[in-house]
Amino acid sequence: MNDIVLDVANLTMKFGGLTALDDISFTIKEGEILGLIGPNGAGKTTCFNAITGVYPATSGQILFQGKSIEGAKKYQITKRGIARTFQSIRLFKTMTALENVLVGADANSRTGIISAVLRLPRQRREETAAHERAMQLLRFMGLERKANELAANLSYGDQRRLEIARAMATGPKLLCLDEPAAGFNPAEKQKLMALIRKVRDEGYTVLLIEHDMKLVMGVTDRIVVLEFGRKIAEGAPAEIRDNPAVIAAYLGVDEEDAS
Amino acid sequence: MSTATTQPRRTFGQRIEAMPRWVKVAAMVLLALFFYALPVLEPPFISTKGSDFGAVMFSVATYALVALGLNIVVGYAGLLDLGYVGFYAIGAYTVGVLTSEHAHWPFLLVVPIAVVAAMVSGIILGAPTLRVRGDYLAIVTLGFGEIIRLVANNTPWLGEAAGINQIGRPPNVTLFDVPHLDWSTGSPLVDLNDKTTFLKFGISDQIPYYWLALTVVIIVLFADRLIKDSRVGRAWEATREDEDAAELMGVPTFKFKLLAFAMGAFVGGLSGALYASKAAFINPESFVLILSILFVAAVVVGGQGNRWGVIVGAALVAYLPERFRGFEEWRILVFGLALMLLATFRPEGLIPPRRTVRARQMEQEIEALEEGEEL
Repeated sequence: MNDIVLDVANLTMKFGGLTALDDISFTIKEGEILGLIGPNGAGKTTCFNAITGVYPATSGQILFQGKSIEGAKKYQITKRGIARTFQSIRLFKTMTALENVLVGADANSRTGIISAVLRLPRQRREETAAHERAMQLLRFMGLERKANELAANLSYGDQRRLEIARAMATGPKLLCLDEPAAGFNPAEKQKLMALIRKVRDEGYTVLLIEHDMKLVMGVTDRIVVLEFGRKIAEGAPAEIRDNPAVIAAYLGVDEEDAS
Repeated sequence: MSTATTQPRRTFGQRIEAMPRWVKVAAMVLLALFFYALPVLEPPFISTKGSDFGAVMFSVATYALVALGLNIVVGYAGLLDLGYVGFYAIGAYTVGVLTSEHAHWPFLLVVPIAVVAAMVSGIILGAPTLRVRGDYLAIVTLGFGEIIRLVANNTPWLGEAAGINQIGRPPNVTLFDVPHLDWSTGSPLVDLNDKTTFLKFGISDQIPYYWLALTVVIIVLFADRLIKDSRVGRAWEATREDEDAAELMGVPTFKFKLLAFAMGAFVGGLSGALYASKAAFINPESFVLILSILFVAAVVVGGQGNRWGVIVGAALVAYLPERFRGFEEWRILVFGLALMLLATFRPEGLIPPRRTVRARQMEQEIEALEEGEEL
């Protein structure tokens, strides 16, 4: 049953002389939550950027549902079913929460300028569907009462949740969350992790970046550990916890990671 | 806690929003009728003494049209276009060439050709240049506006510096005469010696042209609203806010930027076509760089991103210099001072989009809270 959604094979990313990712391979199975962890600068976000088409891979391959994403534009990758959030919040600040989610939902619309001006049936149908979808997601995230609030005016936590809602609105198969709990206090983090589990139960496959080890243990099914651009471990949370290489990688950096 | 107990003061825009629908529609219709009647009413203080009021109102309407088009590019999509006069010129020259210089096609047939020509030129300009951002785009478009003017100036086929005259007019549909009002005695009197024929497009009485232009403005306003409240409008706004994030949310940003350019060019070309027909004569001097600057000024002064704001901006930029002709020598000085005051007191323009206002109110509330003021 467990189909492979994403297959990263021998991915290498080089920026000039710097090797940000060195021969990384891992797979994500349908319906699982895969944690991608590692100390700061390990290459987690670079890996995300490669998967979502921000940077082309120097070498290696990324297969999404069996097909290579090489050469595809960023918006095409999104339409094929990979959506992401950002480590630093990047909402459309002058738009309302609802409109932000609508932009995501529009990824499934084909309305152009002509059907917009003439208000053709397709435009109405797509608009209604997008609105329903967006409101449903806002409710799911507990933001329904802030639907008409400008994104810039939302609290930090709400902004983080709104980003997830916006990414989910694109109708992805794979949802990539880049440190969704950054800047949260422990209680908020716990709540968010419960929410991520709920997201998975809705039928999404989740790739989660988080460098707080303790946190990621509780929510993920499997974990891939990066350090200095290399994969140093992969396995179930319990195995990772006892892995000496992982412990070594994390020793000494624990202080600053506790953010 | 951030739960303010007092109701935030409602802005003018919010009050309008809160009114019932039929009131809004009725108010709009009345406003439109007022503007249709304005050049015939010739109210004192408002009507211009030095120059023909009908001609001034036509110029206001074409500026409003240009501002609406440029607002799509600058206000919605956030692309600074400093060569917008180029599209205006292409619309005007297409009409000139096809109704006078090389053919004598009917005006109404040529207008669609003119707007398509402007749109195609927008796409040709946009396709390579919309990959650059911000300041670079401004410089490239600035060059484009000048290139169009220089090409017209140096191409015999386009009449070179002498330009094109006897440009075609829309067909006359003479139905009835509308007498003007005369206020010279202090109270309005119907002046039967001064009449405007509905609809006779000529050089002497430009009010029919104004009516035509106003009608086009109203149609474009409707279309603008329908587009803004759709996926297309959202895509533009998302692209303006954060292009990379928009792209990653499935918005083909390049396509939508090009679309904004094409739409802007469409409206600019339309405005140019109207202008050429009204003026009956165009030459490269009609499309100088300063026009582009004035167009951008109209959008920025009015409040980019707000369709009503940019119309007000356009009206001010087109009307005030005509109203105060006597102070002609001081015009640029006054304009400069006005811009400085605007930048200080209303940096988002006279009538900024409501969301900008809302964001600012929120900021002020937060500031007030931080200062420990009682709310």
